[in-house]
Amino acid sequence: MTTATTTVRRGEVTIRDLSKSFTLNGRRLDVLRGIHLDVASGEALAIVGPSGCGKTTLLRVLAGLEEPDRGEVMIDGAPVHGIGRQRAVIFQEPRLLPWLTVTQNVSFGLEVRGQDRASAAEKARHYIRLVGLAGFEDAYPRQLSGGMAQRVGIARALTVQPEILLLDEPLGALDAMTKLTMQEELARIWREEGVTMILVTHDLEEAIFLADRVLVMSKSGHPPRPIEIDVPRPRDRSAPSFVALRRRLMAEFGLH
Amino acid sequence: MTLETVETGALAAPPIRLAGARIGQVARAGLARYGLLLGFLLLWQLGSTFGWINPTVFPPLDRILVALWNGLASGALIDDIAISLQRSGLAFAAAVGLGIPLGLFMGQIPAMERALDPILQFFRQTSALALYPVFILLLGLGEASKVFVIFWATLFPILLATIGGVKEVDRKLVEMARTYGATRATIFRRVVLPASVPSIFVGLRLSATTALLLLIAAEMIGANRGLGFQVMNAQYNFQIPLMFAAIFLLAGLGLTANAVLVRLQRRLCRWSDAV
Ligand SMILES: Nc1ncnc2c1ncn2[C@@H]1O[C@H](COP(=O)(O)OP(=O)(O)OP(=O)(O)O)[C@@H](O)[C@H]1O
Ligand SMILES: [Mg+2]
Repeated sequence: MTTATTTVRRGEVTIRDLSKSFTLNGRRLDVLRGIHLDVASGEALAIVGPSGCGKTTLLRVLAGLEEPDRGEVMIDGAPVHGIGRQRAVIFQEPRLLPWLTVTQNVSFGLEVRGQDRASAAEKARHYIRLVGLAGFEDAYPRQLSGGMAQRVGIARALTVQPEILLLDEPLGALDAMTKLTMQEELARIWREEGVTMILVTHDLEEAIFLADRVLVMSKSGHPPRPIEIDVPRPRDRSAPSFVALRRRLMAEFGLH
Repeated sequence: MTLETVETGALAAPPIRLAGARIGQVARAGLARYGLLLGFLLLWQLGSTFGWINPTVFPPLDRILVALWNGLASGALIDDIAISLQRSGLAFAAAVGLGIPLGLFMGQIPAMERALDPILQFFRQTSALALYPVFILLLGLGEASKVFVIFWATLFPILLATIGGVKEVDRKLVEMARTYGATRATIFRRVVLPASVPSIFVGLRLSATTALLLLIAAEMIGANRGLGFQVMNAQYNFQIPLMFAAIFLLAGLGLTANAVLVRLQRRLCRWSDAV
């Protein structure tokens, strides 16, 4: 379902001199300092870094949930402030509305954006099939497993057909096996939908498996370095180039 | 799978045995649930007839039923039921009509909630019955003061439960809705309101119980009609079976109100496993 409108810039993200600080117990905490970053249309970028280095903060600024102190976020060349229709966010928790069925949850984003119920449900069903949940349309969230619930959240984000998908540790709460399957699914969905994907993760292997580039953030405030992942797709986790990259990334973290 | 085998087995069985089995099942379930109550009533009846308990204080159930029937047939008790229902119904409706919207509003505006909470807690801790004389002074001994004292006591459970429900709405869900561009009104309608329904129902059930409690108290203090009055009056006149008839009617009223609310809650909160 790659959209036909191949305008040159779709889902292109430019970050210029972005800074953000918080005040915590009266002390100023500089979380993001002068970040520069360009994400190409349709690119998959993974963001890794130690806990508390500001990954979630960066993603929330990109989502429009936080305003930066300084600097700018541009999408397709235009500066953005606040929440916008080009972006959809997938959180670590599925954040499903427990009183709605799977279909109703997946339609939620479209309905909020003013689409009528019938056509929203129609589209929702398409994406429910895409994430492999056909047959569970009428189930309630409490009847789903963690992995299934997360898929519903992913389907809900895809249904609004965003240019940019922002994911904050979307598979962090899943068990190892489900995680592997979901990584394959994310790779497939990203390929089929042609969206720009910015993914925060703790899992280096996940970052190498999914991303075109991996941005390594640090707590010290050094400007983050993007690392190219030039491993051919579909990626094989045991291929020598994959293993070599993983070793290199671990070294970045000081883990030998 | 188990369901399937049971079903095919049932289909193969002759219809009479099937019906028999089903009745047996229902009877067993009923016995498990109401067996103790039945035993209690039976003990009462026997104890009273054979004089194990004082039959002047606890008349046998058949005499109570006769008194109940006579009261209903003559229309006297019907009259009491009607006026009691009117008082508690009016007060309950007013409390719900004010409490839910006010609670929804207050729960959303933390500053207002913070400002109003101390005074609400103060009012709540002041027993409505202690304030009844004040209401009588203000509103007279008629219907208004009775309805008002019930309303007063009934308002707080529903109001506080609604505020609590709104305040406890998962902020993460609200944020999720916000990322899809939902307006405040949409977030209220599609997230806050449905999320508060379970605790609103807790409040409704508490309020219904409170309404009946205060109804009885108010009718015992200054009324000449109503079920609460009838309990006191029958006792004064030593019509003990009639007294119990009125008590049973009050219990029935409470059970009915609760059953209606539970059914409504099941209907509206099918998604929640709390029910
Ligand atoms: N709303 C806030 N108010 C104050 N401080 C905050 C706020 N949000 C984040 N911070 C601080 O900013 C820093 C970065 O937080 P952030 O959540 O972005 O880290 P992270 O890289 O996502 O960490 P993790 O990998 O553990 O999720 C932390 O030190 C945190 O305490
Ligand atoms: Mg984080």
